[in-house]
Amino acid sequence: MKKLITGLVLLGVVATAVAQKDDSSTDALVNNGGVESLRGKAELNETRQPDKLKRVLKDREVVERNYVHQPPVIPHQIRGYKVDLNSNKCLSCHGWKYAKEVGATKVSPTHFETRDGMTLSDISPRRYFCSQCHVPQVDAKPLVKNEFRAVESLSHE
Amino acid sequence: MNMLKKIWQILKSPTSAGVGVVVALGFFGGVIFWGGFNTSLEMTNTEEFCLSCHEMNNNVYQEYKETIHYANRSGVRATCPDCHVPKEWTHKIIRKIAASKEVWGKMTGLIDTREKFQDHRKSMAMREWKRMKENDSRECRNCHNFEYMDFSEQGSRSVKMHSTALASGEKTCIDCHKGIAHELPDMKGVEGWH
Repeated sequence: MKKLITGLVLLGVVATAVAQKDDSSTDALVNNGGVESLRGKAELNETRQPDKLKRVLKDREVVERNYVHQPPVIPHQIRGYKVDLNSNKCLSCHGWKYAKEVGATKVSPTHFETRDGMTLSDISPRRYFCSQCHVPQVDAKPLVKNEFRAVESLSHE
Repeated sequence: MNMLKKIWQILKSPTSAGVGVVVALGFFGGVIFWGGFNTSLEMTNTEEFCLSCHEMNNNVYQEYKETIHYANRSGVRATCPDCHVPKEWTHKIIRKIAASKEVWGKMTGLIDTREKFQDHRKSMAMREWKRMKENDSRECRNCHNFEYMDFSEQGSRSVKMHSTALASGEKTCIDCHKGIAHELPDMKGVEGWH
């Protein structure tokens, strides 16, 4: 009986020690060392409260480009605009058939080219999925300081 | 036999009291019938009823759940019958009679798998677009009343279309707003689509 009790106590002590050791090692792994990042002060194993979703700006003027060959950003909301095998909502205005009537920007002729440079009679499949490159904008401040300026030929600010 | 004859006799020569009973029976019978008819009609006019069939629940309902008519900032919803069943009685009855074809479709399993549903999507969508085009998008206008649209609150693209084509009656809601609650079929050949 005595032996059994001693055995159990010993087992308990060992188990606690192991558990404590485990704790400290995980602590070292997730500790951010007091460094504050874009995630804030949250430790690595913590799920932090997410930032509020930013709202997409409603219709506004065409947004200037920042560099040559930049895909122009979308200056309006596109909630529920489907682009798939069955339909492409963007082309209902930006397709050449409708652009003039609607007053929308036409899809650039480069979108009719295959990767071998052959011009097709309609949008090339590789350029069909608009939002792969063109995205709408939210009113968000830059997360880090940014001194980027557009090249002179694109902007006269 | 004698008993039957007696009843027949009573029925053939109604006393004034008898006439009263018949009229009263007719009246209350009518009330109960009409009430029952209307109640069951309204019962078929609920989202729960539509979704009790897997054809609706697994296809169109799942697609609709991602759209603004299902969830939005103010919580006002448009459920299935709000768009697909007219509010006004005569039009409602006409639509309900036409819907007997849909009951037949359910019984014969016309769209009982996703594949069959996709195969029929275009014809079903076109039928609904045609219905809405013909009644000047009446069901849309139950909520979206043109008279009370405030253009100053609308986006510039919306104003451009609403103040011209919609205002002149040249176009109606469904002409542009297709696929706002469900996925679209192949849009090849549909006006206004690429």
